[in-house]
Amino acid sequence: MTIFRLRKESHKEAIQESCETEGLNIRNLNVSISGNHILKNINLEIPNRKITCIIGPSGCGKSTLLRSMNRLIDSVPNVKVNGEIWLDGENVYGQNVELTHIRRKMGLLSQRPTPLPMSIYDNVAYGCRIHSMYHSKELAATVERNLKATALWDEVKDRLHSPASALSIGQQQRLCLARGLAVNPRFILGDESTSALDPISSRHIENLFVSLKEQYGVVLVTHTLRQALRIADHVVFMYLGEVVESGDAKTLFSNPKNDLTKQYLSGVFS
Amino acid sequence: MKWKFIEERISNILMILSTALVVGLFACIILVIAWTGIPSLTWEMVSSLPGGGFYLGKSGGILNAIIGSLLIVGLSTLSGLILSIPIVFYLNIYLGKNSKIAYLARLCCDVLYGIPSIVYGAFAFTIMIFLGLKASLLGGVIVTTLLIIPIFVRSMDEVARLVSRDMYDAVYSLGATRLEACKVVLRQIFSGVATATLLSIGRAIGDSAGVLFTAGFTDNIPESLGDPVATLPLSVFFQLSSPIPEVREKAYAAALLLTLIVLFLSIVGRIITVKSTKNKIR
Repeated sequence: MTIFRLRKESHKEAIQESCETEGLNIRNLNVSISGNHILKNINLEIPNRKITCIIGPSGCGKSTLLRSMNRLIDSVPNVKVNGEIWLDGENVYGQNVELTHIRRKMGLLSQRPTPLPMSIYDNVAYGCRIHSMYHSKELAATVERNLKATALWDEVKDRLHSPASALSIGQQQRLCLARGLAVNPRFILGDESTSALDPISSRHIENLFVSLKEQYGVVLVTHTLRQALRIADHVVFMYLGEVVESGDAKTLFSNPKNDLTKQYLSGVFS
Repeated sequence: MKWKFIEERISNILMILSTALVVGLFACIILVIAWTGIPSLTWEMVSSLPGGGFYLGKSGGILNAIIGSLLIVGLSTLSGLILSIPIVFYLNIYLGKNSKIAYLARLCCDVLYGIPSIVYGAFAFTIMIFLGLKASLLGGVIVTTLLIIPIFVRSMDEVARLVSRDMYDAVYSLGATRLEACKVVLRQIFSGVATATLLSIGRAIGDSAGVLFTAGFTDNIPESLGDPVATLPLSVFFQLSSPIPEVREKAYAAALLLTLIVLFLSIVGRIITVKSTKNKIR
């Protein structure tokens, strides 16, 4: 019994240690909504400081998986989650985990830009304010730094106190990204973050993701295979709630091992 | 001519007629009240208390009723807001979309919305007798607050339900608590709060049946919450009940004043709404 417990604890420590270096580690994740089994026994390692693209046909559970990572799935009625997601040695679904702390570590950029009903400045400062992260001078510098990181500073520096809703849709999405970066996340989660944008804005956001991977892990759900081809370092292919294949992007795209992946990549189904 | 074009023309005419009916009705009410009331509307009427025998045609004014109405409306709107905003947040943020409690609460509000104010008055009167309270400003405020809470809740709730799931996700993914999400939602639904406030003020200032039992009537300005208070609708009612024609004319002046107060509060409310919702996401 004691040996078993010791083994279990050492296994746990090993997982925690590997998580701190590797990034996000998903173990035996199962998600059911109103009795429907949406995610089936997901086991994945999401590398840190790389772009991971989750691809797959509609309804395969890509967004559910993404929302399970930062526990936004919790707000879905009748949801049941089993399994573990480890980040920085902490199980996201652990008993004493602080939900706000977890969500802050994994900011979400949704499909449609969702600026908050406040000024451009206040949008970026919002997250820092609720976490009491900075004094006012530091806060102003943080806002500027993150607006620069998302290449928005030059476009808005003269109208920081204008409503965020007055920005174009592409600018709004970059603002949302700046807002997410301001709270110092570990991972950036993007749920089809470019699908509502025009091609130029979309390319702009893609380039931002590529530059941001130097500092953050980026996980993107995308419907566009071309986008995954352009920017992914790591790819996860899902089908009917299961991970069919995952691995290095170049290897997976050039030499898929599973027949389903081959069919999906060759456009047999989408 | 094809039937669909005839249908289009007929529906267009019906829409114009309906709009004209509402605007015309409003214009008629204002004109009748103004035509009859303006000759009697004097500075003395709005600035002095009713003297002895005011309702029998002697000198004096309705300052007691103006201040009484403003006190009841101000205090009940404030208490209504304080009580309703948490209900709206609880229904929309803390309870899920499929919550049976939320469904029941909304149903209760809908029923309460439709209950005539005299029923509220009778209910409050029974409670006051039970507690040994007399008709007072406090009684008037309580019954008016109860009357306007369903208006507040249902009007704000309808707007709060329109807040997108994406906005909640955006706030929560920054690590916000539900209370912090409430503050963001409040900014987004501010125009709804303002509209609900205007609707409630209109209902509160114009209600006479509810305050008939609970607020009493007096020729003086109340000095505490325990004193009886006069209201404009009751003042209009008492003046219209008078057998003396001059007093009945003064009733129209009081009615005009009541309408002007509502109009003034509505315009101020609209200006505040426009100025404070510039950040709203559309």
